[in-house]
Amino acid sequence: MLKRYEGTGWMRPYLIFGMCDETFSILASKEPPEGVDRNWFMFWVTLLDHMYWVTGAALGGLAGDIVPFSTEGLSFAMTALFITILIDQVQKEHDHMPTIVGVVASIVALALFGADSFMLPALLMIVATLMLRQKRQERADVADSPKEQGDCVCDR
Amino acid sequence: MGIAEQAIAIDLAAAGTIFTRALPFVAFGGKRQMPRWLEELGDALPGAIFALLAIYRFKDVDFLAGTHGAPELLAAAAVVGLHLWKHSMLISVAGGTILYMIIVQCVFV
Repeated sequence: MLKRYEGTGWMRPYLIFGMCDETFSILASKEPPEGVDRNWFMFWVTLLDHMYWVTGAALGGLAGDIVPFSTEGLSFAMTALFITILIDQVQKEHDHMPTIVGVVASIVALALFGADSFMLPALLMIVATLMLRQKRQERADVADSPKEQGDCVCDR
Repeated sequence: MGIAEQAIAIDLAAAGTIFTRALPFVAFGGKRQMPRWLEELGDALPGAIFALLAIYRFKDVDFLAGTHGAPELLAAAAVVGLHLWKHSMLISVAGGTILYMIIVQCVFV
C-alpha cells in the first residue's frame, strides 16, 4: 500500500485513515478498469467501504435489540470468516512455513499463557521465529555466493 | 461500563488504531527505503497472523469438559468443506454459522 499510495496528493491522508480490511483486499488485488483514474478509483473504493461500515455498524447498533430470533451462536460468523481467509491464504501462498509457524506458535502460547493473555506472546514468538528463519536463509545465501563469484571470475 | 467509560474506551481504541496505521506511512513515506528484512517480514506475516486469528477464535472452547468443543469442531469442519467445495466466502460463512446456531440452540441445549 505504501507504493500504491505514492503520488495521491491530497487524497493520501484519507486513503490511509479510511483503509479497512475490505479496502486493502480490493486495492491489493484489483486494477482500475481501462480509462479510470487510478487515484480516484482508490478514493472511491475507500469511501464506499467506509460508508458501508458506518451504515452497517449504525444499523446494527440501533436495530440489534429488536431482532426477533435468538442470536446465540451468531458470533461463529467471525470464526468461519477467519477459517475461510486462512484457507484462501494457504491455497495462495508458495511457502507454507509462516502459516505453520503461526499455527504452532499460537497453540504453544495458548497452552503456556492461557486464553486471556496468549496473543502478545504468540505474536512475539511468530516474529522471532520468522526473523530467525530470515537470518538462516541470508547466511545460506552468503555461503552460496563466493562460489558464484568464482564462476564469474572464470567466465571473464 | 457507563456511557462515559464506553466513550473513553472507544476513543482509546481509535487513537491506537490511527497511530499504528499512520506509523509505517510516516516512517517510510518519504525518500526512506523500507529495510529488506522488514519487507520480507511483511511478506511472511499474513499467513502466520491468519493462523493466529483462526486459533484465537477457539481460545475459550473447553475441549475437556461440557460438549468437548463438538459444536465448534463440527461447524468448523463444515466451513472448511464448504469452502474447498464452493470457494465462496458467503456460502462458507453463512452455512457454517447457521449450522453452528442450530447446533447450540437445538441440539446441545
